[in-house]
Amino acid sequence: MSELTVASEAGRIAVRKTYKLYIGGAFPRSESGRSYMVSDYSGGFLANAALASRKDARDAVVAARKAFPGWSGATAYNRGQVLYRVAELLEGRRAQFATEVRMATGASPARAATEVDAAIDRWVWYAGWADKIAQVRGSANPVAGPYFNFSVPEPCGVVAVLAPQDSALLGLVSVIAPAVVSGNTCVVVASERRPLPAVTLAEVLATSDVPGGVVNVLTGAVAEISPWLASHMDVNAIDVTGAPGALADDMAVAAAGNLKRVVRLPAGDWEAEPGIERMTSYLETKTVWHPLGN
Amino acid sequence: MRFEYAPAPESRSVVTLRDSYGLFIGGQFVSGSSVFKTISPATEEVLAEVTQAGPEDVDRAVAAARHAYERTWSVMGGRERGKYLFRIARLIQERSRELAVLETLDNGKPIRESRDVDIPLAAAHFFYHAGWADKLSYAGFGPSPRPLGVAGQVIPWNFPLLMLAWKIAPALACGNTVVLKPAETTPLTALLFAEICQQAELPPGVVNIVTGDGATGHALVAHPGIDKVAFTGSTEVGKEIARICAVSGQRVTLELGGKAANIVFDDAPLDQAVEGIINGIFFNQGHVCCAGSRLLVQESVADELLTALKRRMERLRLGDPLDKNTDVGAVNSQAQLERIEAFAATGAEEGAERWSARCPLPDRGFWFPPTVFTGVSQAHRIAQEEIFGPVLSVLTFRTPDEAIVKANNTPYGLSAGVWSEKGSLILSMASRLRAGVVWANTFNRFDPASPFGGYKESGFGREGGRHGLEAYLDIHGTSVLGGSDV
Repeated sequence: MSELTVASEAGRIAVRKTYKLYIGGAFPRSESGRSYMVSDYSGGFLANAALASRKDARDAVVAARKAFPGWSGATAYNRGQVLYRVAELLEGRRAQFATEVRMATGASPARAATEVDAAIDRWVWYAGWADKIAQVRGSANPVAGPYFNFSVPEPCGVVAVLAPQDSALLGLVSVIAPAVVSGNTCVVVASERRPLPAVTLAEVLATSDVPGGVVNVLTGAVAEISPWLASHMDVNAIDVTGAPGALADDMAVAAAGNLKRVVRLPAGDWEAEPGIERMTSYLETKTVWHPLGN
Repeated sequence: MRFEYAPAPESRSVVTLRDSYGLFIGGQFVSGSSVFKTISPATEEVLAEVTQAGPEDVDRAVAAARHAYERTWSVMGGRERGKYLFRIARLIQERSRELAVLETLDNGKPIRESRDVDIPLAAAHFFYHAGWADKLSYAGFGPSPRPLGVAGQVIPWNFPLLMLAWKIAPALACGNTVVLKPAETTPLTALLFAEICQQAELPPGVVNIVTGDGATGHALVAHPGIDKVAFTGSTEVGKEIARICAVSGQRVTLELGGKAANIVFDDAPLDQAVEGIINGIFFNQGHVCCAGSRLLVQESVADELLTALKRRMERLRLGDPLDKNTDVGAVNSQAQLERIEAFAATGAEEGAERWSARCPLPDRGFWFPPTVFTGVSQAHRIAQEEIFGPVLSVLTFRTPDEAIVKANNTPYGLSAGVWSEKGSLILSMASRLRAGVVWANTFNRFDPASPFGGYKESGFGREGGRHGLEAYLDIHGTSVLGGSDV
């Protein structure tokens, strides 16, 4: 039995956790009643995770859409504080996440701790962006006429995120935070074989100040769930990082059905500074004109 | 009371049409496989014969653009590239009357618009981007942003030269070379622009113009030698292009359809609002992707506004596009006229009430009178689909919240208008409207420094301003702060 469930002294029967989905701020099982076995890096049993269905994906989109007006309408300062709060709560659970990362990937304790720390720092990094991206990406435009004209970035809406398969925590944080920092809401499909850190991260989000529905987490088969998100007419963008090449192509084609913004950035080193391209991929630019005069 | 005007036609003599035009490839006009005719939509007279570019012609054009990209344009300094663009801007200004008359002949739009809007804005677009060519490292896309390569660009018939400028100016400023396909029904100003490139002594192959229909466009956007696709046109074709580029991995920007809400509150200055509504939907015969085609008027002023609107519509002068007094010109093609007529029939069938300005329509050519539908519900096709003609659908609302819900109830998100005297209301509406351009107490204003483009199914990417440069720069792995590159 893995260390996840025996983190207690010999002789005591551990209380195991049920890993469920995270939709609209609640932790439901899959409506399909299905689950799948999640193994650790060496093949040992870790847990049964929910095997999300098409209906779960659609429910998650509905929850994300419902959360969008409130989250995108919050002040940037407020969103920044909420993201920082996530870092605060993660900090308190460093040991738990390090264990989960270690069990998922087989990383050494030091390596796992480094990844967890980087994930926490990533939330802090993005928290600081919340009230800066508009100044970096917005502008006052000198038009040739008596008009006041300015451009501001705005969130594009509901984002489907296929989280990276390899980096179950740092990679996950690195694809969620750039979507939500600017006011988007998202539906995340966790790493298929390493979904447990995503569910535990959902617990952190649920107990921080992130409103329900802003981040929704699905676990299950990427190839099964993602086509329903890629073709969903109320999803505005999709990050296909977690889809293998051929599936990513298919998702990009399906996404054209309602002209979703498709994010296909080169797989990079998750520990490097992210840059702003992932963040700006989810931004629209709105330009407002008004006449000058009396 | 009707005011009679004496005809005041602009002279055609400023334009010298050739009988036949080839393709502009590698700095020369070359012949292609077959030809088609382009007509004046106002008279149906044949203006010239134009070459239909086949796949092998597109191959040649892409090869010429690649050669020019590698040998000349991408290695030339930005300062020198900029000087070519300044030259082009000046040449457009110098030949502006000729371009305006030619645009009006081929497109059917009033000379007043081609002369005062299309051509001056096209020149301004080149002038603006010329200045960027040697300042790209300050544009916020990393310390040394690179061009993408060869851009394949497909443009529509509603603003032929202006859309050409929107496509070519930023592409060239950023160091790319282009193959551009003008619309089948409006190729002539693009071909005159090719002559301007020759006069500017632009290096051969930097700009290539291939004329033809949708098949030519398809051959271009699906061409493996293209690094970047830019398209302005219908959402339907835009989705097809997005699918092609999803597999090919080519960078793509799309500027597609719209169904803009033009929202009038009860405190708005109604006379100004009427002018804005007229400009919003009847400018360029309503052949405008960002046209204010849905009027949302607050219930308490709906009757007053509609009375004033109809009175103003009766004063619109429809007819000879070359006449300097003309407000509404010809519909661009028989096919577009049929589409508009079909939508108008649908509007009446679905229960909306049609009213058209009583203006005599010329016997020849393609014409549709300025038309307004009242009693429109959100479910009506004329409230949901882009008509691309001089047809306005009127809906009413009571509260700002209701106006927002109705305005945003569309798959499109290109533009919107708000009319009110209350600043806080305007700004809150502007921030809640899901549209890329919001005109407050004005409508249909354009400027090269002002980013233009849509949310949702109106496309992706922006054209104009600093934002528009991103579409033509390779920014992978770079960031404003240097990011992973540093």
